[in-house]
Amino acid sequence: MTVTMEKPKSGMSDGVYEREELLNGCQAVAQGVCLADVDVIAAYPIRPYTEVMDALSKLIADGAFDAEYIIADSEHSQFEIVKHASSVNARAFGGSSGTGWMYGMEALTVTATDRLPPMFVVGNRALDDPGAFGVEHNDAMAVRDLGWLLCWVTTPQEALEHVLIGYRVAEDKNVRMPMALAIDGAFLTHSQHIVKIPSVAAAKKFLPQYDLAERRLHPDNPISVAPQANEDWVMEIRRQNWEAAKRARGVIKEAYKEFNAIFGERYAQPYFDEYMTDDAETVLIGVGTVAAPGRTAVKRLREKGHKVGYVNLRWFRPFPTEELRACLSRFKSVGVVDRDFAHGSPDNCGILMHEIRSCLYPAKNRPAIVNFIGGLGGRDLSIADAQKMFDITAQAAKKDSMDGYITWIGLRE
Amino acid sequence: MTTTPKIDYEKIKGVHKVPLEELYTSGHRTCQGCESATTMRGFIKASGPRTIVTGATGCMYVANTSYLTTPWIVPWMHTQLGAGGASAVGMAAGVRALQRKGKIKQEKINIINFSGDLGAGDMGIGGISGALQSDYDLLIIMYDNESAANTDIQATGLSIYGAQTTFTPPGSKHRIMQRRWKKNVAGMLAVGHPTCKYVATACATFPPTDYLNKTRKALSIGGPTFIHTYDPCPKGWDYHPRYSNELGELGIKCGIYPLYEIVEGNVIYTWDARKSGKGRIPVKEFLQRQGRFEHLIQEDIDYIQKGVDEMWEEWEIPGVAPLKGILKARI
Ligand SMILES: Cc1ncc(C[n+]2csc(CCOP(=O)(O)OP(=O)(O)O)c2C)c(N)n1
Ligand code: SF4
Ligand SMILES: [Mg+2]
Repeated sequence: MTVTMEKPKSGMSDGVYEREELLNGCQAVAQGVCLADVDVIAAYPIRPYTEVMDALSKLIADGAFDAEYIIADSEHSQFEIVKHASSVNARAFGGSSGTGWMYGMEALTVTATDRLPPMFVVGNRALDDPGAFGVEHNDAMAVRDLGWLLCWVTTPQEALEHVLIGYRVAEDKNVRMPMALAIDGAFLTHSQHIVKIPSVAAAKKFLPQYDLAERRLHPDNPISVAPQANEDWVMEIRRQNWEAAKRARGVIKEAYKEFNAIFGERYAQPYFDEYMTDDAETVLIGVGTVAAPGRTAVKRLREKGHKVGYVNLRWFRPFPTEELRACLSRFKSVGVVDRDFAHGSPDNCGILMHEIRSCLYPAKNRPAIVNFIGGLGGRDLSIADAQKMFDITAQAAKKDSMDGYITWIGLRE
Repeated sequence: MTTTPKIDYEKIKGVHKVPLEELYTSGHRTCQGCESATTMRGFIKASGPRTIVTGATGCMYVANTSYLTTPWIVPWMHTQLGAGGASAVGMAAGVRALQRKGKIKQEKINIINFSGDLGAGDMGIGGISGALQSDYDLLIIMYDNESAANTDIQATGLSIYGAQTTFTPPGSKHRIMQRRWKKNVAGMLAVGHPTCKYVATACATFPPTDYLNKTRKALSIGGPTFIHTYDPCPKGWDYHPRYSNELGELGIKCGIYPLYEIVEGNVIYTWDARKSGKGRIPVKEFLQRQGRFEHLIQEDIDYIQKGVDEMWEEWEIPGVAPLKGILKARI
């Protein structure tokens, strides 16, 4: 299926989208938070996600939005504030980047094991040391096995819309998992686009009020949450988390269907989107803003007659196993672009590579697969880089050795 | 900002006036004689059912609240070891936002967190500081059994000088491994948070009902408030469980545990251990009742006595703030 991810098709005249504004990714997320009628926000500064919180505090100061806004003393407190607000049935929002995200890791862990559904934006940033403001995905990836929903978007428009979609999925009674909305540092957090802002009514129609129901903490519902369970019950509780993550796939699909019904056919596929893949033999797959050079390279290579395409993976958790398996087994070779690292892991590949290779193992038609590690610390991944990656990936289909199995792209050697 | 209605608490005058309703009941597995369990039972009796509680990791979580046998009649949630302050802020913020937006009924709901001396006094002190700077109605109770009891009695920043713990065992080369003076948490928090209207220290059993009334006072005064309780722990302090209440009383009377409240900046001694007040019994009478101090020699006891005497006779605000006054400028 071929989709071009351009502007929303639905016009503003029908009242679904209210106005247009020039917004960067951070500001777009802030608009999404307003439209989601979030009740509690906890903030702590770290580049590049901070501007989300800057924008929200200004919206509150100007009376455009009503929420409790707490300046926390650390990310650990910030995330615990969000978690506990969520437990009393308040819609809660937090966020972070890089080392800040890791500082609050304990709180992120329990938010998932407690099956609470707040949302956090992760403005992806390289982990210290050495210091770097630029994008890398290891921060958000750190929650991938803990019971989180984890999704990457590529434009401010998608970022705004995924605040609504994210809460809708996370809070569903069959899911109730925390949601990490990942936006690439600089390339998305601070790149401006024209964004169509949904009307309050349309947002409300799509996103019902948060209701933790029988699990909310309130004097009228005197329950004990997360008592010490030990070996007596932990396995059964883990299994419930496992089931929820499985169920989330169906809920995501439903959510996009409803979103499309209200806002016009915005998303042709829920978990990932494909660009010029119909007759493609060679594709690249990645998460986040690498989609932009990836798609442009496709366009240029197509002009020269190469059968190439790009797959942009949006939902990393839950991983769309069956759909992606079916998609990628159509091609001769697949190049996986990792903006992360997994030192010492099998074949020393990146995280995305391991996931995709694992996903493809049971496939009847396994494509040749190679890995690229690039764009670390915020280094640009250019159109030329993407063309080079397509070239290496196409070659992979022709040989059966492991040569060139993993390539660091744009590395000074 | 919205003004939330208040609960009118009566002062409990005498033990026979203590509410009969138990909101912390059977189901917990704390040691016999555990004073911290009494601290739990007390604060929730005093605050009543319109309360949400968070409990940090520690004995009062692990030994206290087991899956399917919870002792809590009120809504209760675990919070992480150092997250006591943040847990209270999160819940108070959630409740306030929901009430303001009309998503739940307007009423006073108490938000109380309890954390141990390691959780609150060491790891979570930053989060509690954050909470005490906020304008939410919340109460944080630091129950101080002077060790990381749940992990088998390790020294914390609040363990008394010289105490034996599994991290501070007396040895043939070093008799004393716990060489830190007990951290002054209540005083530090009171001094550091000028807008916090109520900080107190208390002991669940001495003087009778004092702790319950301090809990009620904290909730009535409102805003973010803090109570530090002294909780004798038979396992960690090594004494027969029947003496828990006596040890609390001795700790207060010897001056090691200053008992006071600070109401909008004014210090009120519950037990004035100055020579000019009720005076003090020798610290030895408290120390020698516990196995954890068995290895101390007279010299060590004298050192502790000297430190305690200094607290009461030389500190500008005795027992509260370790400042000794203003020196004349030399220039
Ligand atoms: C982040 C973290 N580090 C360490 C632990 C292990 N741990 C569990 S309870 C505990 C002791 C807590 O001591 P305190 O707060 O004084 O409570 P007590 O056990 O004495 O009641 C420790 C260290 C933990 N649960 N979490
Ligand atoms: S070890 Fe101490 S604090 Fe823990 S349950 Fe036993 S008596 Fe109570
Ligand atoms: Mg302790």
